[in-house]
Amino acid sequence: MRAGLRHAVMCVLVVLMIYPLIWMLVSSFKPSNLVLSEPGLIPSEVTFDNYRDGWDALDEPFSLFFLNSLFVSVGSIVGNLFSCSLAAYALARLEFRGRRLYFAITLVSVMLPLHVLVVPQYIFFSQLGMVNTYFPLLLPKFLATDAFFTFLMVQFIRTIPRELDAAAWVDGAGPFRIFWSVILPLMTPALVTSAIFTFIWTWNDFFTPLIYLTSTEMFTVPVALNSMMSSETSSGVGALFAMSLLSLLPVLVFFVTAQKYLIRGISTTGLK
Amino acid sequence: MTQQTLVRPAAASPQPPRPRRRPPSFRRQGGAAHVFLLPFLLGLVLITAVPLLASLYLSFTDYDLLHDPELVGLDNFRRMAEDERFWASVGVTLRYVLVSVPLQLAFALLLAVVLDKGMRGLALYRSAFYLPSLLGSSVAIAILWRQLFGHEGLINAVLGWFGIEGESWLQNPDTALSTLVVLNVWTFGSPMIIFLAGLRQIPEELYEAARVDGAGRLRQFSSVTMPLLTPIIFFNLVLQTIGAFQAFTQAHIISGGQGGPLDSTLFYTLYLYQQGFQSFNMGYASAMAWVLLVVIAVVTAGHFLLSKYWVFYGDER
Repeated sequence: MRAGLRHAVMCVLVVLMIYPLIWMLVSSFKPSNLVLSEPGLIPSEVTFDNYRDGWDALDEPFSLFFLNSLFVSVGSIVGNLFSCSLAAYALARLEFRGRRLYFAITLVSVMLPLHVLVVPQYIFFSQLGMVNTYFPLLLPKFLATDAFFTFLMVQFIRTIPRELDAAAWVDGAGPFRIFWSVILPLMTPALVTSAIFTFIWTWNDFFTPLIYLTSTEMFTVPVALNSMMSSETSSGVGALFAMSLLSLLPVLVFFVTAQKYLIRGISTTGLK
Repeated sequence: MTQQTLVRPAAASPQPPRPRRRPPSFRRQGGAAHVFLLPFLLGLVLITAVPLLASLYLSFTDYDLLHDPELVGLDNFRRMAEDERFWASVGVTLRYVLVSVPLQLAFALLLAVVLDKGMRGLALYRSAFYLPSLLGSSVAIAILWRQLFGHEGLINAVLGWFGIEGESWLQNPDTALSTLVVLNVWTFGSPMIIFLAGLRQIPEELYEAARVDGAGRLRQFSSVTMPLLTPIIFFNLVLQTIGAFQAFTQAHIISGGQGGPLDSTLFYTLYLYQQGFQSFNMGYASAMAWVLLVVIAVVTAGHFLLSKYWVFYGDER
């Protein structure tokens, strides 16, 4: 009886939490003028016009924005996996002066607000002529500035038994060989977690592309949505909902397929 | 190891330096380490350290990107003190942090505790509660929120079923910020998962011992669960507070980049963005950025200082 009550409360809460998303899904198939006047879940009229109109609401089709977002996200994954795993291996395993200092810097920079750095970074990139390119979005990822992932990987490497390194060492392997053949294959779970979170964060990121991307053909999906929202000529709420929903799909796919890694990632490091 | 004693005379330190056994290839590893760390070090210098110092310098200048920066001393900070919109943004941000972070963590903790009591279907509930925190920072969700809380939005439609006539939540300066608070609370899933992981760490023996001593459910919660969970609460509190200070996207979308109505959703970062990247007052924006950094540093340090009064780290400390 008590358990039943608890389930009932939980179910109500789940419905409350998820209802807005379902409403958005249903509304995206309603004619725009009915979205607000008929807020119920069962549409009196079903249409695919929103998707057609939304797709071409801006000067460029949404297919281009999706490709741009995909390029930036995949580039960020490559950058983070490359630079953070190298740094993490050195910080977790190698002996050198300043190791503790570097690790402390990594921890502190996890908390460093991006907004303190963004003005000089913008000046830096604009003097290099890189505004309205993807360099300002990708270059920092190749330089291990997402300290969260360095931290996550350091923590993971520390759980790998040192005997494995030692065995490889006895067989004549140097640090590079040990990294490549011993550590890297064993840290796959940490790499997968980092890749998934990098994807989701980059895919959702709005602030950085808003600042650096100025022409429509360079827009990523979030900036395109923003521009669609603020242009009065857009095709209405329905089209906006349709494109918003499509923009969430890749994240939803990861949510369904890779939940194990997501949950493990947050539980161990407190990622968002 | 004589080099070490030369650099650091034993007399200077209270304890004699402990001779540390370096691996034979210390020198080679140091070299290798710096190859591994090359991207990290480049990033540290180019993307973090230099911009950090540059923005400190710029905060004492007047700079619009077109002309050279001109040193103006403390003018930016004086201007800030008299800038009403600046103070509005400070008020909005503080209110947002003070209300949304405790609410979000309270929800997260409550549901983690309920779910931890071995409910069937735990995985399913956990997933459903977690989903919003993956989506919450996106532009798409902010767009959805704009429609939910609009004059003819879903919230008012639901209120209408109960005969309550709602106003436009977003156009009323008294309620606009609370829609953003609700949005942040909606994403309680990720701290909840951290709490769940923490609850798993509490040994069952402690509960058994408490039961033997006659502790009821509430007493078990207040004397076993809460104290052992305080490090996790602390961790979540620090992280979520830092995050809330930097909230940007949702306020930008909901207010169309303006921070309105009547600056009621003008988050600090949004005003910084307007100053830096719309008015190109790069000097003023840098000064604002440094104030934010100092405030976040002070608040975080305060959290750590206060933590010794309420965070329980076990018997050994």
